[in-house]
Amino acid sequence: MSAAGAGVEGAEELVTLTIDDIEVSVPAGTLIIRAAETIGTIVPRFCDHPLLDPVGACRQCVVEVEGQPKPVMSCTVPVAPGMVVRTHLTSEVARRGQRGTIEFLLVNHPLDCPMCDKGGECPLQDQALEHGANTSRFIDQKRRYDKPVAVSPQILLDRERCVLCARCTRFSEQISGDPFIELFERGALEQVAIYEDEPYESYFSGNVIQICPVGALTSTSYRFKARPFDVVTTPSVCDQCSAGCTLTVQSRRGEIQRQLARTNMAVNEEWSCDKGRFGFTHLTAPARLTRPALRRDGVLVDAGWGEALGVAARAITEAMAAGPGRVAVVTGSRLADEDALLVSRYVRTVLASDDVDFRTTLATDDEVGDLTALAARPSASYDDVGAAPVIVVAGLDPEEEVPILHLRLRKAWRKHTARIVVVGPHAGTLAPIAWRHVPTAPGAEAAVLSALAAGEGEVGRALAEAERPAVLVGERAGAGSIAAGAALAEAVAGTFGWVPRRAGARGALEAGLVAGALPGGRRIDDAADRAELEAVWGPLPAAPGRDLAAILGAAAAGDIDVLHLIGVDLARDAGSAELARAALERVGTVIVQDLARTDTIVGHADVVLPATATQERAGTRTDWEGRAQRFSRAVDGPELVLDDREIVGRLAALLGHRLDTDLESLRAERERLGRRATPHPFTGTTSVAGAQGASGEGLVGVVRPLLLGTGTMLAGADDLLATARTPVVLVNPADAAARGLSDGDEAVLTGATGAALVLPVVIAPDLVPGAVVLPGGSTVPSVTVLADGQGRIAVTLAPAQDAVSGAAPVAVGVRA
Amino acid sequence: MGATGEVHVLSARYDVPDVHTIDVYEQHGGYEGLRRALTMAPSELIDLVKASGLRGRGGAGFPTGLKWSFVAQGTGKPVYLVCNADEGEPGTFKDRPLMERDPHALVEGMIVGGLAIGSEQGYIYLRGEFAFAGRRLAAAIREAYAKGYLGADVMGSGKRYDLTLHRAAGAYICGEETALLDSLEGRRGQPRLRPPFPASHGLYGCPTSVNNVESIATVPYLLRHGAEWFTQWGTEKSPGVKLTCISGEVARPGNYEFALGTPIRDMIEAAGGMLEGREVRFFCPGGSSTPMLTAEHLDLPYTFEDIQGAGSLLGTGALMVYSERTCVVDVTLRFTEFYEHESCGKCTPCREGGFWLSQILRRIETGNGRREDLDLLLELCGNIFGRSFCALGDGMTSPIVSSLTHFREDYEAHVRLGRCPLGVTPPRRDLPTLEPVRAEAALAAIAGGGA
Repeated sequence: MSAAGAGVEGAEELVTLTIDDIEVSVPAGTLIIRAAETIGTIVPRFCDHPLLDPVGACRQCVVEVEGQPKPVMSCTVPVAPGMVVRTHLTSEVARRGQRGTIEFLLVNHPLDCPMCDKGGECPLQDQALEHGANTSRFIDQKRRYDKPVAVSPQILLDRERCVLCARCTRFSEQISGDPFIELFERGALEQVAIYEDEPYESYFSGNVIQICPVGALTSTSYRFKARPFDVVTTPSVCDQCSAGCTLTVQSRRGEIQRQLARTNMAVNEEWSCDKGRFGFTHLTAPARLTRPALRRDGVLVDAGWGEALGVAARAITEAMAAGPGRVAVVTGSRLADEDALLVSRYVRTVLASDDVDFRTTLATDDEVGDLTALAARPSASYDDVGAAPVIVVAGLDPEEEVPILHLRLRKAWRKHTARIVVVGPHAGTLAPIAWRHVPTAPGAEAAVLSALAAGEGEVGRALAEAERPAVLVGERAGAGSIAAGAALAEAVAGTFGWVPRRAGARGALEAGLVAGALPGGRRIDDAADRAELEAVWGPLPAAPGRDLAAILGAAAAGDIDVLHLIGVDLARDAGSAELARAALERVGTVIVQDLARTDTIVGHADVVLPATATQERAGTRTDWEGRAQRFSRAVDGPELVLDDREIVGRLAALLGHRLDTDLESLRAERERLGRRATPHPFTGTTSVAGAQGASGEGLVGVVRPLLLGTGTMLAGADDLLATARTPVVLVNPADAAARGLSDGDEAVLTGATGAALVLPVVIAPDLVPGAVVLPGGSTVPSVTVLADGQGRIAVTLAPAQDAVSGAAPVAVGVRA
Repeated sequence: MGATGEVHVLSARYDVPDVHTIDVYEQHGGYEGLRRALTMAPSELIDLVKASGLRGRGGAGFPTGLKWSFVAQGTGKPVYLVCNADEGEPGTFKDRPLMERDPHALVEGMIVGGLAIGSEQGYIYLRGEFAFAGRRLAAAIREAYAKGYLGADVMGSGKRYDLTLHRAAGAYICGEETALLDSLEGRRGQPRLRPPFPASHGLYGCPTSVNNVESIATVPYLLRHGAEWFTQWGTEKSPGVKLTCISGEVARPGNYEFALGTPIRDMIEAAGGMLEGREVRFFCPGGSSTPMLTAEHLDLPYTFEDIQGAGSLLGTGALMVYSERTCVVDVTLRFTEFYEHESCGKCTPCREGGFWLSQILRRIETGNGRREDLDLLLELCGNIFGRSFCALGDGMTSPIVSSLTHFREDYEAHVRLGRCPLGVTPPRRDLPTLEPVRAEAALAAIAGGGA
């Protein structure tokens, strides 16, 4: 049975019935409650939720069905041909049933609406008003509970308000799959609770607050802060990852009070992850940049815009005068699409350079060609993934990187037993729902993808037989994986998606923010492509520039005078912390344009230019699917911050170029440029050369980012961070045994550079031997300190108590 | 109409020494039914049970043969037979002696039932409190395995049947067949949404039949004696014999077996009649969830159809008899408290309704009732009956509605006197009450800016 009418697929047969004397035709299998919605009749309900399996617990949605001796619960009964349904609009039986249930629900409800967060948007309040009696006939004792109870550091439970609809527990079990929230006890003492020995750990816990039909579940961050009728509501798009979730931002007196998932069935359905929901405190955290600054005598001091931009422009002018290739731009992946396009034009026309990269990884040479090739092609979509019978996931751990994609995979697994195939050194969080894990050496995903394309093995055969399977390749997959993944998808007539982690990655790629590329999947070394762009932008450099690895290498060698960093914390996030440090120390002028005081700013910036956050501006963001979605300004930023494109526009003006920074103009320009008519072919080689081999006793480090880490975009979200997973190092059982390590031990990891980290060991039988999985973005310092100058990580591992002096172990923990 | 009166058919072996052991059981016709069953096709077995007219003995009275014929076949999934031995209805203790004294009758019945529905695995879901019955059943199952009645090759037939005893954890709701299945699967025992029904999606989502102990234990007799033999007792719609437990103010409360159709008056007589100097005032014919009947119903034949005709139910066969010395409000309160306690909490009417009803009844019984409480009780029962998820909610309303129908004057006397007229419960003056909350007042507070 389909839970929602919308979920019934294909050209199914229609069933005709009457509801309140109105004839309705709906697909077979549609529940009565949904059929009624199609004619605008909302039968009151609490437990019913279109994305959850029906449960029939609250008994509020009573309707009368002719010929049925008892009233019928419209949320559990599918329509039948010729059925005659009478809702509360035309049936006294239904009305009486609904009145009776509301009265029962209020028996044990504290009726504390005036102080309840839910007041004003509460289904119980609304329905009591619409369908209930004015006066309670209950004069006896209500049940009393201690309250609130912390279900997690982020979520509080008021059991007295709870109507036991089981939406939260069903969400937990059916949607997010972390069933540590359950119903306990029975009768009037039935209550939502967590297991004593198992904390409620979920990246999706905030959804239970949003779907709670009463004020039983509240967040620590919003509790008692505002009323629903007292906030300004703005539609937005989440910028915490590439998922593209639509959000609602609610603010009061210019301050964000909370963010909610905004329904978008094509993307996030009705869900959001906790990072997206609660990750807005960085806008007002102490580390937020609120005014420009300049480094004077080694110290950053506040400056005016004119002064700061003047210093930046002078440095750039001098560097450009000193010769070509002495200015480079690294952008990270935070930019809105319009801003990315402007930066792309700024680099090519104002700086007359192609030295730019939006990535933080030190990628192989092949990748740019493949990224360019895919930028002009349509991507797999959420719906493609949701409908695919077989889904290959390589170099990607969706729950940690793009959580809403994880929910789609889980839904496909749960609804139609989709076969999920994980390709990589480690199955990761997909393990419980994965059909097969095809282990590879670190970085050797491409070879497996190619073998699958040849129909090899059980998985290859399953793919060959499947109708429209999906292939998803993450940004951590090894060299050649994009080409191999795309070739696999083509070979099996499936869909292909490149799934980067950061919100602006796809937009940056489409804007050509990487050396060698131009907007729309064009290449700078292709004369026709260049001509198309020059018609709009004017003259462009003809030769491909340097990518991040080359930029950092050149900078470290003293060949670059100015680094302009836009929304990227190289000191923390670059694939090699050592190389980044060497580069940043050597470069004469480091211009950093960002939201918050990053390690790069504190340690290396000479000019600091504060930028607005997503919620403080309008723009467009392209998710991993290539879906562009616009967002509006929800709140004003600090007085002295500017949008990224404004900053770049003003800098360009000082450099003698007038760039149009108007949003609409940039959107029109993007529209005009479009995508290359014939996509470039994929060029990546699928040789195993890209795979990293361990040498000697070293283990190859695979960095897997954790969702909740030390990034500046989570600053101030303390309750959210309290739900973060503990950073650990995953070790194969044999490798652990060889080093005398067992589960839970503290291990010292020493990199080729001599830098060391201490992390708890978790034994992972599904991890290939010779590799360890390191927690990305969640330790201080970052695991990139272990990388060599090429971004490769080979570590030695020893029990912490055996650590010899020399490389003094660095204490590691989640955000201090 | 067949013969009536007290009989000893299913209980015939109760007093045979050591009949709980397999050797003695075999000497008394044990496993002969199974031997016969192994020569028959599943459809023949089901036809036999259908022909006997055996109706489910767990309370609902659904024809057993028909239920077995509904079990989906050829789905490629295993089929399960589950015995509901979670005997928990107040006043009901008819299955327990059978399992304690004649456990092999149930084991044999399970194997036969398994053959009939094409199952190779059976479960006995036993009420956890029945420790002794559990030991006896476990021993019987061990013996049956040792003698080859259970296992990979049942009596050399090449057919497999395994039987597992599951001791439950003590929840009345787990007597409801879908809650039982959830509990058996290791989950929280709460009733499931139907459809799909257990016959197609039962235990672990596989075709399943859930049957009462007595129903299953009856089947081997049908094999030994034939369907016609069974119909010598009872009526066309209620053929056969019925294990019955009689409790209350009778001289010899306990276990009895009657031909269906025996007048209730005769059943009470068989239990030694009423205690000295007492007269029947009211009784529950089949357990606490069956509506109360009064002295004027004593001549009713004990059949599904006659009791239903009088507005009650035969239920589990637990006859509870009360005299004028018992306060009907107190009995109703106790029953209601039981249902309040045992409500699983899943659906609103049963969960909140039970909570509310028992508080009202407690107030009335302790002398704190109001006149309007009587109609409120009826109205709340009306809001529970037919609206709850499973039959527990319906059952909860039976004692209240029936006692208010037959004995409203007793309730009125409690309210008028401010105490229990029989003095069963001492009056209390310390029951806390809340002032009714007026929604308008709350809204006015919001409109006025709170504060």
